[in-house]
Amino acid sequence: MLTISNAEVIYNRVILVLKGLSLHVPEGKIVALLGANGAGKSTTLKAISGLLKSEEGEVSAGSIDFMGERINNLDPEDIVRKGIFQVMEGRRVFEDLTIDENLTVGGHTRKDSAGFKRDKELVYDYFPRLRERRNQLSGFLSGGEQQMLAIGRALMARPRLMLLDEPSLGIAPLLVQEIFQLIKKINTEEKTTILLVEQNANIAFSICDYAYIMEGGRVAMSGTTEQMKSNNDVKEFYLGMGEGKEKKSYRELKSYKRRKRWL
Amino acid sequence: MDITFLLQLIINGLVVGSIYALVATGFVIIYKASSALNLAQGEFLMVGAYICLNLLSKYNLPFWQAILITFAFSAILGILIERLILRPLIGSHLISVIMVTLGLSSILKALVQLAYGTDTIPFPEVFPSAPVQIGPIPVSQGYLYAIGCVTILVTVLTMFFKYSKTGVAMRATASSQQVALTMGISVKKMFAISWAISAIVSAVGGILLGTIRGGIDMSLSFMGLKVLPVVILGGLDSILGAIVGGVIIGVLENLSGGYVDPLVGGGAKEVAPYIALILILMFKPYGLFGKKKIERV
Ligand SMILES: Nc1ncnc2c1ncn2[C@@H]1O[C@H](COP(=O)(O)OP(=O)(O)OP(=O)(O)O)[C@@H](O)[C@H]1O
Ligand SMILES: [Mg+2]
Repeated sequence: MLTISNAEVIYNRVILVLKGLSLHVPEGKIVALLGANGAGKSTTLKAISGLLKSEEGEVSAGSIDFMGERINNLDPEDIVRKGIFQVMEGRRVFEDLTIDENLTVGGHTRKDSAGFKRDKELVYDYFPRLRERRNQLSGFLSGGEQQMLAIGRALMARPRLMLLDEPSLGIAPLLVQEIFQLIKKINTEEKTTILLVEQNANIAFSICDYAYIMEGGRVAMSGTTEQMKSNNDVKEFYLGMGEGKEKKSYRELKSYKRRKRWL
Repeated sequence: MDITFLLQLIINGLVVGSIYALVATGFVIIYKASSALNLAQGEFLMVGAYICLNLLSKYNLPFWQAILITFAFSAILGILIERLILRPLIGSHLISVIMVTLGLSSILKALVQLAYGTDTIPFPEVFPSAPVQIGPIPVSQGYLYAIGCVTILVTVLTMFFKYSKTGVAMRATASSQQVALTMGISVKKMFAISWAISAIVSAVGGILLGTIRGGIDMSLSFMGLKVLPVVILGGLDSILGAIVGGVIIGVLENLSGGYVDPLVGGGAKEVAPYIALILILMFKPYGLFGKKKIERV
């Protein structure tokens, strides 16, 4: 469904972040993309969704093909219309909009109003906590609930491929379990293909079919979930320190001063 | 104290205030969508009034046609300005945006002056002018129509932003442009729509002022000068704030003009809004209705 081959991504025309990345996401599967901070996971997702432009980045070499069509450096709105929807790192709900309005915006590209209404109910069935608060401002939701909203909002677009960037980030372990079960459920019931970026390898392995591990802008290792789980290196480096929460607090701080320039 | 005089001042204040409110609403719509401060808002009002006047008196179009064409013209003007002047500036300092819109206001003024001169041109009578008696005081019908129009327009705008798909998408864009992009929203289109709406809303203000005053001249653009106190009072990003702020400033001006000016020999009318502004900002730095970020602890 999605094939990236030898992709390179450059920020600000100088910083080379992806250095020949190749990966494949088969239709109907959940593929996990794992790796340490700064490996280039988010950059990979942004390259697919076209969001790189908004951060002065570009795919400078290689190709990204979706359903047999080249989508390198298209505008994000066109890519959404082709059926790819990215849920950004850190949830990013529209805080000044109500929950219901957030879902409405998620379905912005939809034309069929009957399906739109049906899917809103569907989202509320998946996430009953959201239904209870549909008319509240989403800024007041807890972190876990905001993540549910972000995923529900993505579902509203009826994407064929959903890109999830660290849905477990900063969320209590119990709620993480719940959210990941729902992701699995969406994958099986709605036939949504999922590319899942995670630092928490344990939780990713609990639902994915196939996994890639990234290091320094390249794929370092890949295989089916079974193969990966039994690999000694993976066990040592990723499963052992999967709970490295201390590292996470540092990363909340990171933010790039970037000029807004994407039009 | 003369109650009729007081009521008269309040009614005048409401009428002027509702027009301030319109111009300020236009300003807020642009600021919310694209974070640009448009200092040419008063000129949008003036241009709208002149276009409508031209259509009415030169081409003798019926009022409704003239209004619709004026709206179309204003929308195109707004979109062109956004596209050609503001968009290349996205990402640059706010101060450059301010300077550019200031320059734009001078250009628009100059163009209007070139085309129509500086004399006051009579505006055709659109609303019946015979005053109606409200309680003890006679009120010009034009005033009532003006307040009615503003109320309708503001209600329509509120519904648009609350219930229409495009309106909600515009608010989403105002909340975060980058996230809006991931929803498949065309941020460029949202910017264009906000400039178009803003120019139309201002044009309505211009047409109403023209009919109330019975004539228009370059001084219409001064309405733009009131935008800053109004939006700072109401909150830069709140339409409700723009409306309440507009009405407060309008009434306050007229009251101080009526009661304080005779005592101090003039000037109070002009200064009063700013005094109110300073007082309010001391207690509410984001304005009456401005957004404070949702902070989680
Ligand atoms: N807009 C940008 N401009 C310049 N450099 C960037 C930009 N975004 C990311 N980078 C750099 O690219 C590298 C990869 O970043 P990316 O966000 O893709 O990592 P990641 O794997 O998602 O890490 P994390 O787990 O911390 O989210 C980092 O070294 C980062 O500094
Ligand atoms: Mg990341």
